[in-house]
Amino acid sequence: MGAQAVSEGTRMVVSARSFADFTPQASFPIKKCDLHRLEEGPSDEALLTREQGLQYYRTMQTVRRMELKADQLYKQKIIRGFCHLYDGQEACAMGIEAGINPTDHLITAYRAHGYTFTRGVAVREILAELTGRRGGVAKGKGGSMHMYAKNFYGGNGIVGAQVPLGAGVALACQYQGNNQVCVTLYGDGAANQGQIFESFNMAALWKLPCIFICENNKFGMGTSVERSSASTDYYKRGDYIPGLKVDGMDVLCVREAIRFAADYCRAGKGPIVMELETYRYHGHSMSDPGVSYRTREEIQEVRTKNDPISMLKERMLSNNMSSVEELKEIDLEIRKVIEDAAQYAISDPEPSLDELCNHIYARDPPMEVRGTNPWVKLKSVS
Amino acid sequence: MASLRSFLRSGKTFVILFVVTSCASVFQVNVRDALNQAMDEELERDERVFLLGEEVAQYDGAYKVSRGLWKKYGDKRIIDTPITEMGFAGIAVGAAFAGLRPICEFMTWNFSMQAIDQVINSAAKTYYMSAGFQTVPIVFRGPNGSSAGVAAQHSQCFAAWYGHCPGLKVVSPWNSEDARGLLKAAIRDDNPVVFLENEMMYGVPFELSEEMMHKDFVIPIGKAKVERQGTHITLVSHSRCVGFCLDAAAVLAKEGVECEVVNLRTIRPLDVDTIEASVMKTGNLVTVEGGWPQYGVGAEICARIMEGPAFNYLDAPAVRVTGVDIPMPYAKILEDHSVPQIKDIIFSVKKVLNM
Repeated sequence: MGAQAVSEGTRMVVSARSFADFTPQASFPIKKCDLHRLEEGPSDEALLTREQGLQYYRTMQTVRRMELKADQLYKQKIIRGFCHLYDGQEACAMGIEAGINPTDHLITAYRAHGYTFTRGVAVREILAELTGRRGGVAKGKGGSMHMYAKNFYGGNGIVGAQVPLGAGVALACQYQGNNQVCVTLYGDGAANQGQIFESFNMAALWKLPCIFICENNKFGMGTSVERSSASTDYYKRGDYIPGLKVDGMDVLCVREAIRFAADYCRAGKGPIVMELETYRYHGHSMSDPGVSYRTREEIQEVRTKNDPISMLKERMLSNNMSSVEELKEIDLEIRKVIEDAAQYAISDPEPSLDELCNHIYARDPPMEVRGTNPWVKLKSVS
Repeated sequence: MASLRSFLRSGKTFVILFVVTSCASVFQVNVRDALNQAMDEELERDERVFLLGEEVAQYDGAYKVSRGLWKKYGDKRIIDTPITEMGFAGIAVGAAFAGLRPICEFMTWNFSMQAIDQVINSAAKTYYMSAGFQTVPIVFRGPNGSSAGVAAQHSQCFAAWYGHCPGLKVVSPWNSEDARGLLKAAIRDDNPVVFLENEMMYGVPFELSEEMMHKDFVIPIGKAKVERQGTHITLVSHSRCVGFCLDAAAVLAKEGVECEVVNLRTIRPLDVDTIEASVMKTGNLVTVEGGWPQYGVGAEICARIMEGPAFNYLDAPAVRVTGVDIPMPYAKILEDHSVPQIKDIIFSVKKVLNM
């Protein structure tokens, strides 16, 4: 069934047709993955049930709408600082979550809002963190790049640093013998980081249950992959580690690939590398219009021909697994969730100044922290 | 007795004596063995504790601090890493995120610069950034500061660098009691701890009481210790220089100057209260450290004294004795003159006291 994405405010969908009319499940051909050091890869066919389809649609659409709302709030200067939006890449986060268990682990870089949602944090807590309010998932102290949840280790601001961290989480899984895996994500820009190769080496040596995933959206900030990487075959960069190249715009492709990868790791065979070919509609961050290093035509082409949500929608509609009305209904529900969340994020108060110095040390008695001058002595509790 | 103590403390001898008196047991344990026993006991006590680093397992540790541990605990708990500090430090932090309690050894703290992003950005800041959600119960340990003849790239003191950062605890033991009690405390602490050892101290034996040998003996992090009571001047130091301060104090005592020697034990959080109480008692302050003067540990102590109640008790400006502000040279005569010697401490004390 896959992990539960948060579905807020679900209602009975009232549609002109009864549920008995809909096809309960269908099999879809999916793009075969390019393989590196693997005899066989994931299936080239994916089974999708109606429930799964609706769930994936709901989740991806929620992430899409949430990111667009963040864009809006940023332009209104209600969100400040860094804001790296994920719209276009939804199939990656959803496909991964669908193929692992909630008890598995995940860590990613700074383009993290989508994963924060799929790993179980409510939209309102994400938006309130972006607006820096006390109701944010990190109480307003983390911001866009530092949101955490159970088995989700952020949200990391230093490019590439999350990869050894993820390998470490995998080491803990192996050490504890709990049959869990760690999905460790990084971008095409990060893929040349030395510490990633250090992680590959140790993960392979010690057979850590780590799924290394390169989300290749073709640009590291403003630098295309051709300009940054002597080899753009990111799924092969693990060298001695087997790899797969996956269509990251197809949620079913991603799901099948991650299931394959997780099985591989759980069998004790060691790490595996995946490259998800995907695309971001926004620029690198909110301060980047995203058109100085790529054309508007290219962006538009992806939107019309390759959008992950449209692709799922078309599949479901053309196989009678849902209706236009039903999906519209879901869209309206999501819109309400996002609006409510945005309202919350705008109206929730900022953290109290008493919070300023808290959370320096864990499980320690209260201590004094120096303020900006020697007369200001602030209190810090764990 | 003073000359025997300084002979032993200088690290030139490697003597282990087993002395049992009639009323209480006393053990001679050198700093290396104190660290080794502390890790052994904590590995036994909590199965989430493990050690990783270069040569810690089959080599028994580059400086033999982890001798015997791999034989006892095996591959799962004592892990030899490739020479990839950034990678294995990050792996250690990730393991701490996911519920283990790693001890990450840097062969020397100089190599931690390869991994410093993981120590600061991944370990130190995470509890704060997550508003208390994600703890990082990790110990980073290894020898810090100058050694003997290892030259510039292998001789830097990192107390000031790591002591600068909120979210870290930074500890700098001097003797075996410190090493044992503070390492056990560090391993049991749920926060990231930077544990700065000293290679020249590894072979130096000290007396440990039966109480100190107890498997639950811990020294609180963040508390300094007054090693020697005095009335005329306060000497504040950490790590190996504490021994030099005690030697200087012994010499000065013959001239009627009684030095109070404060062993910081912890760099962060700094025990300002103990230092202030001492300065308010003696009226004079000299800090002693092996690291460079600019933006150093002594600079911080002097600033804190200036900003606090103890300033009004100073009879003279506080002064720092530090390493010379140069990269560490190789030739013995140059190296000897690059680090604070006992005579430098004595000279500074007399200057401050206007003798």
